[in-house]
Amino acid sequence: MKDAHHKGEGHQEGHGTVYKYGMVINLDKCTGCGACMVACMAENNIPFRKEDTNDRLTQNFWMRVYKISNGGSFPDNDICYLPRPCMHCEGHGHHNRTPCVTVCPAVATDYNHETGIVSQIYTRCFGCRYCMAACPYHVRVFNWWDPKWPEGMEEYLNPDVSPRMRGVVEKCSFCFHRLQRARNKAYSEDRREVHEDEYQTACTQACPAGAITFGDLTNPEHKVYELKKTPNAFRLLEVLGTNPKVYYTSSRAWVRKAADVYVGKEGSGVTHT
Amino acid sequence: MFDSALIPKGVKRCSFAKFFIWVLILHIPVLIGTVAAILCWGLALNQTYLNNNFPFGLWIAADLGIIALGGGAFFTGFLRYVINIKELKNIVNYAVVIGVICYAAAQGILAIDIGQPIRGWFIFWHANVHSMLTEVAFCIMAYFMVLCVEYLPLLLENRQIFKFSVPRSFAHHLHEAMPTIAAIGVFLSCFHQGSLGGVAGVLYGRPFAYREGFLVWPWTFFLFILSAMACGPCFTILITKITEFFAKKKLVKKSVVGILAKISGGLTTLYVLLKIIDTLGWFGLVKEAGAPVKSFYANQPYGWWVLVMEVIILGAIPALLLLNKKTRENEPILILACVLNCAGIVMNRWIMTVQALAIPVMPFDKFVSYHPNWVEWATTLLPLWVGAIVIMLSYRYLPIFPQERELNPY
Amino acid sequence: MFPFAFEWINDPSHFVFMGGFYFALGGLFIAVNYCVMRALFDWLCKGGENHNEH
Ligand code: SF4
Ligand code: SF4
Repeated sequence: MKDAHHKGEGHQEGHGTVYKYGMVINLDKCTGCGACMVACMAENNIPFRKEDTNDRLTQNFWMRVYKISNGGSFPDNDICYLPRPCMHCEGHGHHNRTPCVTVCPAVATDYNHETGIVSQIYTRCFGCRYCMAACPYHVRVFNWWDPKWPEGMEEYLNPDVSPRMRGVVEKCSFCFHRLQRARNKAYSEDRREVHEDEYQTACTQACPAGAITFGDLTNPEHKVYELKKTPNAFRLLEVLGTNPKVYYTSSRAWVRKAADVYVGKEGSGVTHT
Repeated sequence: MFDSALIPKGVKRCSFAKFFIWVLILHIPVLIGTVAAILCWGLALNQTYLNNNFPFGLWIAADLGIIALGGGAFFTGFLRYVINIKELKNIVNYAVVIGVICYAAAQGILAIDIGQPIRGWFIFWHANVHSMLTEVAFCIMAYFMVLCVEYLPLLLENRQIFKFSVPRSFAHHLHEAMPTIAAIGVFLSCFHQGSLGGVAGVLYGRPFAYREGFLVWPWTFFLFILSAMACGPCFTILITKITEFFAKKKLVKKSVVGILAKISGGLTTLYVLLKIIDTLGWFGLVKEAGAPVKSFYANQPYGWWVLVMEVIILGAIPALLLLNKKTRENEPILILACVLNCAGIVMNRWIMTVQALAIPVMPFDKFVSYHPNWVEWATTLLPLWVGAIVIMLSYRYLPIFPQERELNPY
Repeated sequence: MFPFAFEWINDPSHFVFMGGFYFALGGLFIAVNYCVMRALFDWLCKGGENHNEH
């Protein structure tokens, strides 16, 4: 199947080929500069309030950089920055479904089996916030306020992304509009394949350290394919069975350990995509 | 009296002026609650202390609690009409009134809680049948209709309406059809009480709430049904006692209350036993996954005391008090047991929603606590005051308590 | 949700869930209407007399 979609054979949208877009984030490279967060906010028209910039509980981030520490004192102290987009969980085993998708009562969020992207339909969501309760990564955020931008900034909004109204949930979409754009381009050039460099998320491109790699996890020609298999690769909270499509790599053992509460059981029972 | 033509025959009610003043006084908190609700609708949910860590707060916990307490309506209806315990006809009317209030309250609170109330109907129109919340919404809506139909004959029995032959025979036929209607109510209630438990139980991303189960239903599904059946009658008893206190007279015979208390005692005992088994099973589950159980109780205020409080003090103790004939027949102790039982269920609902969200899942996540602000309190308590007014009106103008005349001859 | 909604899927979950729901609603509807009919019937049989007997 992989080969088939490479050669572009038999790939028709909606009829077969499965992509699984995902990320590999190298935590050894991340400096915590926050460029990915800023790029994401600009790309996706995320509203912000000056009053809330320090209140991480009501401010909306699609990409959020966490600072984690090994808790040691000098000279053994070490810190690590961990960028956290939506994991676009696939679910597996007897949790064969994305945690947030199955719970949504109005089908306002969906797992796309062609791209592996978990979508969010803002005009369908009625703000019950059940999906937020279901997501263990605090990925989903709610529009507590009416969206507002500083005077004049509305002019700079991205026309490809619809701004959200208050009272709905939003989250990282892996810049899905960029995939649509790339697909349109490919289509106009009579191609069925979207090249790796044609579809990259805003955070990937913004990262000055090159810590984020994005691509199709099932395509051996994409960088993420090999990267996710490196021995230092892990995912957040693997033991829960959410089967995320965002991988992290770190050469530091404590960082790998810190990714899963259930120390000692890291990586067990996980099927790699 | 100004309104004496409306008051049921052969019973005594306070003067209209007194009644009117009380209704007026109750309008003060109603007004505050309404202002709070308008704030939420008008200015969005930033008016509350809910946040991205606590998408569910007091509202959802209260919703789950209210519906469990309102479970007295379906369960008493089941005992009266399906099992056919005749004695209970003396309290089933009141259970229905309480049920109507509870379910209306739950829907009202949900209408404030959702971010886009105008789109509330999406849950019915674009339903995802795999979501527990969909099951809840459908069944609550349908069951509320059932309750309204059950309330209808009571309304028609008002002295002035009852004079007309059509409403009278309609009420009569509704009474005849009640077993069917009650059975539909039981069917719907079992599903929504259960799926309210399922709401938390299916969240496999939240190990504190997640439970394994049977087919598509986690164990919490069954525990919630059972706990609603166990505490619903206690709530009915409690409200009856409060009404008796304010009315300054007995309204329901001791023997009737005794039946409900006894059944509730048995069910509460069963519930507490199953709850303990469930908790132990969950300990095993998280241990197997490699998580120390104590990590779930490491964040104050959610320490071990919560578990002890819920299962022992507000669970086992009322169960024993209700089970024992001597304590059950002692009125103050009965009331205490009912209070403890109801508090235990409300606490359980809080634990399954708010505490489940409070416990950090990502290891580097910080614990944050949540407490509701006045807007949340005012809107949550709003149904209490409206409910009190509905009860006052119903009590004054409708023959809710068939034994009232016999117990208070005048 | 009706079977003609575009999200409708012909699968057991939809049949069981929506079937149960419409079954309950239908039951309620029939029960109430039956009572209404009976009441009207009683009234018609009594020759339209609609006044108090108290
Ligand atoms: S990370 Fe959260 S929001 Fe993203 S797919 Fe997983 S559960 Fe859903
Ligand atoms: S908040 Fe919106 S997306 Fe989330 S479960 Fe509710 S309706 Fe679905």
